[in-house]
Amino acid sequence: MSISAPRGLASSGQKPITEILHPLSAAEEPLSPGPDVTVSGGRDKEVGLTNGTPVETPSPASASVLFNRLQLDDDLDSDGRDPYADTETHDLFVTVDDPKKHVSTMETYITYRVSTKTTRIEFDLPEYSVRRRYQDFDWLRTKLEDSQPTHLIPPLPEKFVMKGVVDRFSEEFVETRMKALDKFLKRVADHPVLSFNPHLNAFLSAKDLNKRQGLALLSKVGESVKNVAGGYKLRVRPPEFCAMGEYLDTFNQKLGTIDRIAQRILKEQSEYLTELREYGTVYASWAGSEEELQRPLEGVAGCVTTCCGALEDMSENMGQDFLPVLREYILYIESMKNVLRKRDQSQAEYEGRLEAAVLRKQEDRTPIPAEVEKCQDKMECFNADLKADWERWQSNKRQDFKQLLTGMADKNVTHYEKCQAAWESLITLLQDKQTEDKTKSEGRRYKGHEVNPDSEGHHADQNERGVAAAASKPDDTYVTAAARL
Amino acid sequence: MADDGREESLGTDDDSDQTGADGSLNNTMVEEGSTLMRRMEICVAEAEKRSGKNAVSMQETFTVYLIETRPMDAVAEGHNPAPDCLWRRYSEFELLRNYLIVTYPYIVVPPLPEKRAEFVWHKLSADNMDPDFVERRRVGLENFLLRVASHPVLCNDKILCYFLTEEHGWKEAVYETGFQAKADSRLRALSATFRVRNPDKCFMEMKHYSDELQSHTSQLLRARARVADRLYGVFKVHGNYGRVFSEWSAIEKEMGDGLQSAGHHMDAYAASIDDILEEEEHYADQLKEYLFYAEALRAVCRKHELTQFELEMASQDLISKKQQREELATGIVRTFSFKGMTNKLFGQEAPEQREARLKLLEDLIAEGEETVKEKTIERAEHVEKAWVDIQRFKEQKDKDLREALINYAVMQISMCKKGIQVWSNAKECFLKM
Repeated sequence: MSISAPRGLASSGQKPITEILHPLSAAEEPLSPGPDVTVSGGRDKEVGLTNGTPVETPSPASASVLFNRLQLDDDLDSDGRDPYADTETHDLFVTVDDPKKHVSTMETYITYRVSTKTTRIEFDLPEYSVRRRYQDFDWLRTKLEDSQPTHLIPPLPEKFVMKGVVDRFSEEFVETRMKALDKFLKRVADHPVLSFNPHLNAFLSAKDLNKRQGLALLSKVGESVKNVAGGYKLRVRPPEFCAMGEYLDTFNQKLGTIDRIAQRILKEQSEYLTELREYGTVYASWAGSEEELQRPLEGVAGCVTTCCGALEDMSENMGQDFLPVLREYILYIESMKNVLRKRDQSQAEYEGRLEAAVLRKQEDRTPIPAEVEKCQDKMECFNADLKADWERWQSNKRQDFKQLLTGMADKNVTHYEKCQAAWESLITLLQDKQTEDKTKSEGRRYKGHEVNPDSEGHHADQNERGVAAAASKPDDTYVTAAARL
Repeated sequence: MADDGREESLGTDDDSDQTGADGSLNNTMVEEGSTLMRRMEICVAEAEKRSGKNAVSMQETFTVYLIETRPMDAVAEGHNPAPDCLWRRYSEFELLRNYLIVTYPYIVVPPLPEKRAEFVWHKLSADNMDPDFVERRRVGLENFLLRVASHPVLCNDKILCYFLTEEHGWKEAVYETGFQAKADSRLRALSATFRVRNPDKCFMEMKHYSDELQSHTSQLLRARARVADRLYGVFKVHGNYGRVFSEWSAIEKEMGDGLQSAGHHMDAYAASIDDILEEEEHYADQLKEYLFYAEALRAVCRKHELTQFELEMASQDLISKKQQREELATGIVRTFSFKGMTNKLFGQEAPEQREARLKLLEDLIAEGEETVKEKTIERAEHVEKAWVDIQRFKEQKDKDLREALINYAVMQISMCKKGIQVWSNAKECFLKM
């Protein structure tokens, strides 16, 4: 934990910093990401941005100051290296791995190990390891959405899979799902507000996640925002949120297109692969009827097979790594749109109440009730949270896509490198043989048509014998016929 | 192309056959003992469209090819004389080849480029007027002429010379050789294949090999065309990335530039497949040459079957005639014959008649013996000459195809390098996002 950077740990309330930095953490060496633990790109500065505290009224001014700091961070981080290797240490690391199948009489399901390492005092222990299933993640997400409605909750991988179509227990499916769950948890753990949510705490640490027991730790903001009355219509969405909405729509469209293109490429590659395999076997079978050309032809067949393997690997990777991330972002966009709508609701409620109150004031001088101010607070809180989350989301999106697309480029480069290596080794083989044969044949020419050790000579000999044998037939009959006379 | 005394003797044999050929020869071609290739530079330089009336007086468009020749010694001495040139169309090349096949049945005659575009993958047109097809045909025709001119036997042929030098009057000269009459009828050849009893084992193996070669090369050409088709699809779909990255970059701030440039690279990637596949057509053409060569090889083997069969028939005929003579002379009937039966039933014929018949038989036997001698020589000569050419062909085939495979590998490497280049460039752009 970086002691120098003061951070407002919002959910802890108004504690002074010195108390927050637990003596325990100071004694330990600074946590850095271990080899098997990755930390999702978070920004320290952002922590100060948020306002999980229910009662306080954050001023928009301070938020914008923090925005500026954020943008500075973005520039610093644009060197494109692994976004997860943050130089600053964080204090909550989570990993999802080790899938296991559980078979019971009622059902079969998969659980994953959720490992936590932390120095936060909200946690009793510095390390946890629990097993959770998808349902538990789903529970967590729902709880987060309910308790932090002004925040963008990362998406989960798809819940339902068509039983006939997809094998829920295949290695591929489980692997893909696990990676998505891991990402989900990391994003939550990295979020300056969500990571302090008590439900997350329970999820990470409780031995038995008793979901039916509603944890009575709902934040007050959650409650109040939940009670937004429907029925208020938003008149004008402020321009910055309009821009967000438009961006989300267009981005959603583009992602959908990219998803379709990627799928189409996979399909075309699969068909190409089928033909390529057949192509390779034709070379191999031709080699069977050749002598001098046998090795070259087999060599070509081998190269083609290697290329098939390389292509197969790449396609598999793309299917497992590329497409799921795209789909996840599409879900993310949906979540973001929902949050925008809820924000709209909050604004609508405020404006509606305000209008009503103003009218009443004009009529009978009733002062504007405190609720209206509360609504205003709520709305402004929502706006600030959303803007903060938006910036975070944009920055994470940039890193994620940078990584995704460079990964795609890398896989293609690797594929071509493998193929090139195969063909190059074939050429060496063929050219060596060529020089070897040249010297051999030149030696032969000088001898003219003498005894040759190789097959051609053999054929020539055979032929001579053949000629003699065949030619003798008619002559024999001539002789015997003549003898008879 | 070993030059030994053999070529000269074969050369003179051909000379004696060319009766009635056009007497006007270019002085540069009289040297014997060296292949035509050494004497002159040959190339098929251009192709042009012409219109004219065809055999049934209908207007048609066809392509003619310009053949340029230059004497080699003039070139070697540094002079640069203008080449002699004439125009020929594909059908004239076909005529030349048919003449060569009939006149030299023991030679594996080099094939012409295909008459119609086959084994096309979808982008290539199967249209004979398509400029790419015409260009590839031009190259193929040149290759044909070079192969023929560098063949130790074929190069000395006069008709070949005239083909290269006499624009007009060549056709008449070819027909005057009467080669069409010498051509073996299809039926005869086929019948020989089925009925021959003792074809040379090596030739039969070679015939079997020619079938294999034909089957494998055609399979390969088909598979290659399908692969090309699919690969084309893969590359072209990547072009869609170009478009969507460009559209996406419009709504992004920091990511915009990187995305946009990456999109351009994706476009370049999609476009690169056209050149790649165009180059691969050259490889396909090399395979096609040997696909057609397989046919030529089989033709030589069939000719052997035919000569062997004719020898067998002649021998058989001789034997039966001798048997008849024996029976007639001794009166002992070995085999059933109607004459024998009628003799028994109606009494023997008069001695004068017998004498007459015996005389006839003796004449026929003498003729038959001549025929057997001829056929034996014909068969033996064919076997000897053909075997030499088959060996030459084998060496040429092994060398050419190995080179073709190496070139194919080189093409693949080049394609891989291009791919690495494009994707590395794209990656640079992505990193700048």
